[in-house]
Amino acid sequence: MTDRESASLGQRKKARIDRLAAAGRISEDEGVSLWQSAWRRLRTDPIFLVGATIVVLFVLLALVAPWIAPHDPTARLLIDQINRQANPIPDPQPGHPLGGDDAGRDMLSRLLVGSQQTLIVGVMATLFGLTGGLTLGTLAGGIGRWVDAAVMRVVDVMLSIPSLLMAFSIAAVFARPNQWTVILAIAIIQVPIFARLLRGSMLAQRHSDHVLAARALGVRPAAIVFRHMLPNAIGPVIVQATLVLAVAIIDAAALSFLGLGNPDDSVPEWGQMLGRAQQYFNTEPQLAFYPALCIIVVALGFTLMGESLREALDPKSRR
Amino acid sequence: MTTATTSTTQPGRRSGREPLLAVEDLRVTFGSRTSRTVTAVDGVSFDVAPGETVGLVGESGCGKSVTSLAVMGLLPARGAQVAGSVRFDGEELLTLSPQRMAEKRGAEMAMIFQDPLSSLNPVVPIGVQVTEVLERHRGMKGGAARKRATYLLERVGIPDPTRRLSDYAHQLSGGMRQRALIAMALACEPRLLIADEPTTALDVTIQAQILALLNELVSESGTALVMITHDLGVVAGLCSTVNVLYAGRVVERADRHPLFATPRHPYTGGLLASIPRLDEERGRRLVPVPGSVADNIPWEEGCAFAPRCPNAGDRCEAETPALVPDRGVRDPRLLRCHYPLAGDRTEEDA
Amino acid sequence: MTSTAVGTDILLEARNLKVHFPIKRGIVLDRTVGYVYAVDGVGLRIRRGETYGLVGESGCGKSTLGRALLRLEPLTDGEVHFDGTDLSGLKGGKLRQQRRHMQMVFQDPLGSLDPRQTVEQLLLEGMRAHGLTKGRDVRARLVELMEQVGLPRAALTKYPHEFSGGQRQRVGIARALSVEPQLLIADEPVSALDVSVQAQVINLMEDLQEDLGLTYLVIAHDLAVVRHISDRIGVMYLGAIVEEADADSLYEVPLHPYTRALMSAVPIPDPTVEDTREQILLAGDLPSPADPPSGCRFHTRCPWRQPTRCDDERPELRVPDVAAVATGAGDARPHRVACHWAEEIFRGEITPKRVTATDTVALETDGLGPVAEHPSPPEADEDVPPVHGG
Repeated sequence: MTDRESASLGQRKKARIDRLAAAGRISEDEGVSLWQSAWRRLRTDPIFLVGATIVVLFVLLALVAPWIAPHDPTARLLIDQINRQANPIPDPQPGHPLGGDDAGRDMLSRLLVGSQQTLIVGVMATLFGLTGGLTLGTLAGGIGRWVDAAVMRVVDVMLSIPSLLMAFSIAAVFARPNQWTVILAIAIIQVPIFARLLRGSMLAQRHSDHVLAARALGVRPAAIVFRHMLPNAIGPVIVQATLVLAVAIIDAAALSFLGLGNPDDSVPEWGQMLGRAQQYFNTEPQLAFYPALCIIVVALGFTLMGESLREALDPKSRR
Repeated sequence: MTTATTSTTQPGRRSGREPLLAVEDLRVTFGSRTSRTVTAVDGVSFDVAPGETVGLVGESGCGKSVTSLAVMGLLPARGAQVAGSVRFDGEELLTLSPQRMAEKRGAEMAMIFQDPLSSLNPVVPIGVQVTEVLERHRGMKGGAARKRATYLLERVGIPDPTRRLSDYAHQLSGGMRQRALIAMALACEPRLLIADEPTTALDVTIQAQILALLNELVSESGTALVMITHDLGVVAGLCSTVNVLYAGRVVERADRHPLFATPRHPYTGGLLASIPRLDEERGRRLVPVPGSVADNIPWEEGCAFAPRCPNAGDRCEAETPALVPDRGVRDPRLLRCHYPLAGDRTEEDA
Repeated sequence: MTSTAVGTDILLEARNLKVHFPIKRGIVLDRTVGYVYAVDGVGLRIRRGETYGLVGESGCGKSTLGRALLRLEPLTDGEVHFDGTDLSGLKGGKLRQQRRHMQMVFQDPLGSLDPRQTVEQLLLEGMRAHGLTKGRDVRARLVELMEQVGLPRAALTKYPHEFSGGQRQRVGIARALSVEPQLLIADEPVSALDVSVQAQVINLMEDLQEDLGLTYLVIAHDLAVVRHISDRIGVMYLGAIVEEADADSLYEVPLHPYTRALMSAVPIPDPTVEDTREQILLAGDLPSPADPPSGCRFHTRCPWRQPTRCDDERPELRVPDVAAVATGAGDARPHRVACHWAEEIFRGEITPKRVTATDTVALETDGLGPVAEHPSPPEADEDVPPVHGG
């Protein structure tokens, strides 16, 4: 290397240092991703905290229910008190603060243990629905062209049928309904909702500059879909999933209410308890009131979480 | 807080003309008790006389748009605190009731915005939008209002105005939309027009049409115009007095000719040196202003521009400069700087 | 060390390039009801090491042209040759390999960076796609890229939303440089930035061109920026280049009426110049590129429009018979213009129709026929003189 070259190298180095100063301040701290910054906002959002508290309590309850339930939820402890005409439902009494159900089983214990089954139905149905929706949405939004057209026509047809009616039809197909038929029925009606949402969100990404930039870099199409489009499109779907969880629990109750739920009531579930309560609704409303209240509170918890998550992920309010 | 408000040192004051709009020590802060507050406008003063065009120039975050919204009373009542004084024809606007303010807007003062599409109602024909203004503020009725609306559209250069009355905003081009917006703003012959980046979204040939139109309005009808822009080229051709804003404060105010000939504030000078001019020799290396508008220090601790300033010295990060009459130039000028750029006035002059 | 001299060899050439977007209607079956003629027959040559500036207003097709040159838009017709390789026929993996040599810088620095990736991930992606991470010190390369664009290495761990606009544009440039391209196509690289920051990015691009021997195509609406940065300039109007010349020649001897109008409309930050600046105001707006005018596409707005040829004969880009401009003989490249009357307009034999601020009735729609029927004002001094003496 000649002297002149090294001198010009020195100059160039100086020019680079000047450039550094010209770019303005950059802190030395580690970068904060969008999810991290959303989490920071959520941590101080009272609405999210209320929702999260409800949900966490519900999950904890479901985990420890068998140990804290005062009685066996399937034991017909109060069957002796039941008189078909005069007193179909055992009243609250010492040891049974909420009384019993129409089969003489302890109400409080059934509610506590019922949280387990309710959680399983809600989470499983949403998870299956989400998986199906993500698959279809990614196919439609990622590949486009005729795949998109085909997927979206199927989705349109599914969406044109009222969702509960659809769930009833699916559940009714099975000769012997059980827990899994309920989950499947609810999952299937969620699929088009997730698929459509993700597809729309993916299409917006497809036309964004950063996807164009990745194409210009020579990144493979599959990598563009999974590395750039999907992660940026999934936010609204996650929000939707938390809202759908609440709806799934209510839907399960609706299925049970119409006798399409799990007939095996040895494992209690809130929706199914609500369904059984219908024949006593006029005379003994508390039988429906307790599970209904539980469902509403849990659904509210998920909805509050979902709404605050939507706020936190909104790019317009990002800082 | 030191803010020069005396009209004797006010550049651009033509003798015998009372200001139509007098803004004094305007301060706008955003935020509430829970979140930290942001001072967007920090003691801005300026005034505008009839037939005069005053420019507010600066980059994003300098407070120019917030100033105009505060003058028009268009800031949200919740979240924005406005202090200081805005007098229109001698009447204090900041203490007016929202109803009285709404009557003034449209009737006596009007505003046009950068984005004409979002400023027009998409589901109402533009003719109806113009006649609405006339009916509300002028009490005009159907036929007369329509006739007047047609005249206004013609006045701002919209071809075939009778047919255009029934067009919707999306059917018009960007330039035509901005014209329609100007027609609405002019409906009641306002005495004050505030134009917030009116040509930024437009192409340069369309910008030329709109600027020519605004110029014509000011000279023919004596409208007072406040021109808000980041484009020094637009300012050079249009404004009689220019206020350069930085981080919510006026840093330099002068008539346009001396300001462009001898910029005194390093920020003004930096802006001029950093933009390529169409008419200059090629090959000049641009002199950028280092950093970005985010690299500020609070005005309370010194000069907000100091971290980006090539002239910055010891006093800049210790002592807040005041906006004071500048003795380094021959023209009447206000300057907020400890170490200004070279002026045109020698010791003998002084 | 790289050579910085502008060579004579052509790095990028486009021949009769056309990009037409179908306009589709219909719910079940998509029917094509028409086309947007975004780029309609463009030929251009960019020499290795030079900066070619493409200027025009919104809707003129300049951004589409830029993307089409990178094969990021489907070509309706025409060819693109890069360094001797015909890109127009390439597909899939072959095309992806070529992308390494030609990169893009975008207008919106935030939108063009994936918000969920750190700068390091953004930079590594292209390098990985082209096998540039194998057998070399990747860390050193990342730091070098950061230095080249004037960012500290702490920036590597950050996400796009944590930067200012100018810093983001530097990241965008670093990403483009990460695959060691020869050509950078910059689409409005500074128009989204604050005025005081624009010069930083312009200077940075100039420095990088010098250091790395890059070739640029800069697309912008701001004629002052384009003239500052470019060696050669093409002026676009409605999908075609209407005038092409070296930067100084274009400024000193603008021959196309549109170029003249465009130049006269650019405000100059100098009140003395502004007070005397003669503007050629154009009537009306840009016609829709879905329904471009017949003949010369500028005839609906042209103040110099003539009763013959303009309406029905599309002018070719040609070297005019004007002594003041380069003809292409020798080393100098020709000044070309697509106007039937360029010579007559240059010599002042044809005078323009004067347009005022409120007179925007499009010549085409006023139904009054060609210009000759409503003559220009009789006073000689009312005529718009050539913008800049030629």
